Amino acid sequence: MTATFRLDSPADPATPEPARTPTAPAADGKRRRAKNAARRGEARAGLAMASPAIVLLLTFLIVPVLLGFALSFTNARLISPEPLRFVGFDNFVRAFTIDPTFFRSALNTFAFAAVVVPVQAGFGLFLALMVNQKIRGVTAFRVIFFIPVVTSIVVVSILWKFMYQPDGLVNSFINSITFGAWQGTAWLDNPSTALFAIIVLSVWQAVGFHMLIWLSGLQTIPEELYEAARIDGAGTWRQFRDVTWPCLRPTRIFVLITITIAALGLFVQIDVMTQGGPIDSTSTLVYHAVLTGYRQQQIGYGSALSLVFFVIVLVIALIQRHLTRDKD
Amino acid sequence: MWTHSAGNPGELAVYKKIIDDFNASQPKYRVVQQNFPQGSYNDAITAAAAARNLPCLLDMDGPVMPNWAWAGYLQPLELPTTLTDSLLPTAVGRYQGKVYSAGYWDAALSIFARKSVLEKNGIRIPTVDKPWTLAEFDAVAAKLKDSGYATPLDLGAADKGEWWPYAYSPMLQSAGGDLFDRTAMKSADGVLNGPDSVKFFTWFQKVFKSGWANNSGPVGNQKFIDDKVALSYTGVWNAQDALQKVGADLLILPPVDFGKGPRIGGGSWQWGISAGCGSAQSEGAREYLKFSYQDKYLTDFADSQVVIPATQAAASASKYFSADGPLHQFAVLSQKFALARPATPGYPVISTTFEKAAKDIMNGADVKSALDAAVKAIDSDIKSNNNYGN
Repeated sequence: MTATFRLDSPADPATPEPARTPTAPAADGKRRRAKNAARRGEARAGLAMASPAIVLLLTFLIVPVLLGFALSFTNARLISPEPLRFVGFDNFVRAFTIDPTFFRSALNTFAFAAVVVPVQAGFGLFLALMVNQKIRGVTAFRVIFFIPVVTSIVVVSILWKFMYQPDGLVNSFINSITFGAWQGTAWLDNPSTALFAIIVLSVWQAVGFHMLIWLSGLQTIPEELYEAARIDGAGTWRQFRDVTWPCLRPTRIFVLITITIAALGLFVQIDVMTQGGPIDSTSTLVYHAVLTGYRQQQIGYGSALSLVFFVIVLVIALIQRHLTRDKD
Repeated sequence: MWTHSAGNPGELAVYKKIIDDFNASQPKYRVVQQNFPQGSYNDAITAAAAARNLPCLLDMDGPVMPNWAWAGYLQPLELPTTLTDSLLPTAVGRYQGKVYSAGYWDAALSIFARKSVLEKNGIRIPTVDKPWTLAEFDAVAAKLKDSGYATPLDLGAADKGEWWPYAYSPMLQSAGGDLFDRTAMKSADGVLNGPDSVKFFTWFQKVFKSGWANNSGPVGNQKFIDDKVALSYTGVWNAQDALQKVGADLLILPPVDFGKGPRIGGGSWQWGISAGCGSAQSEGAREYLKFSYQDKYLTDFADSQVVIPATQAAASASKYFSADGPLHQFAVLSQKFALARPATPGYPVISTTFEKAAKDIMNGADVKSALDAAVKAIDSDIKSNNNYGN
């Protein structure tokens, strides 16, 4: 996505108004100089306006990223009297050979994303179609679905942690609807259900946001298209397949990519609810990097893990871009 | 000076009093106090140290001290030995033969129980001289489960972080294992994954498997207060509340003897002087610390926060911990059984690794391989730091 902004030059008496119509290449140097001066003035003004953002980006994004790259190849510690040493690819070798938790974390991260992306996107679309109808009380539903999104994820995680307890809400509910035929489990302590439990809560928390995105996409589709489809005798399903779905293409791409990136960066729920356990079944790449890099003070190793994570996300995002590109 | 005590009015009031008294007692130095919330305190220290901006006086959690001393944040305390020798051994932080930190108090762990419940079930009440043996304790847990408690024990397994090594590594030591080889200070191999450790953790796993305990919340002592559990393994910080709610029925029992005598963790928050402090200011910081270790202040700390005073004299003056005080038992436990966590700069890794291994075992992982993996992680960290100078 590239956008070019033309900034009108500030009302500065020294710079005349830029010519709006392309003038014939006359040998009129004066006018051209004026035009150049105007362009320079515009560039200066543009730079001045962009500078706060550029400074912030440099300080808080570019510099840390470059530092992270550099530290990946050293034995840096959070605090240590020892000088930094360049260790080449040692950290990466360690990650791929003697750190089983790293593999497990990568696997969990992908499993989480592989489930969350289609489920959350599909469920969000379903909800958006539901609340896009002209019936009374629809706003209330929109608000209800959106409430979890504005609730802090930490709070949500703590609440669900209580609900998932052996004698928590989830199990009482299962118990009552099956009349005691099926007893739930300790969802977060069972290695085979913990990640699933976190997937459910994550989808529940974030789906409202994507419902809203889908909704805005739905509302850009002109009503005439539906009218035309109905005149041609299309039923609800046909209307969805041949009008709604194709018209949602840009929205679809946005939803897909944002969910993917968010899902791959899973951290807070893990940190609050399970700390990577039971038996690594919910450890994720980001959690593992924070744990080793920060809590165990091995900044060099943590940076290396983050770099691996960065490359993985980049590759996935590029593949998605490639698959969803305009084919014309 | 920096403290970690923001949001703890009782503690802050005592500090304020000491500082006011000290500033008034002499014209030469002025101590100024700044408080941080405990959660972000260590981060603030690390950031300030990296920016060479540490205050002269700072407090720190006991087991973190060696890591900071090794990193060059701290200077040896050099308080008169008469002073440091009068404190509880676990209230003094030593690293490589030097004293770097000292605290006004220590915390202690014990098993809370209701006298009526034990008597009803015909269970022997253990004493400091004759604590429960492991076999006895197993029988107690099974009996209590049969008597109607769904989970008779609350071991505090819902908690996370430093609580894990603080609470469970003493049990491990009592069984003959340890976090780390404290003599050579180079490895955890054969100690954390030795036969005694495997035996202990097999038992630990059994506790959860048999439903004697679980890891559901809430964190704290609420389950015991509500009589949902019969025995609660918890700390002195929950004692006052339990006293109020359970009253005379409350028993404060010694920890279980796993074979090598009972053990509880030691080493709470302590004070040190930063390395970057100028010489005149270091003098001032020392004067202040010397001034602050008066028994009356130690008693104030103990009574405002319910922690064990670090000197005998302060304990006898305390309303909780004096010989006939209701919590005197904690002072005894601390005196007799406390053992500090290993003083090594590698402690942050040991702590997080131990927590992970113990949680995995609680959740059913294979004991030996979980411990082997923990040892591997701890040892590779030690190696990559040149044995932390040992």
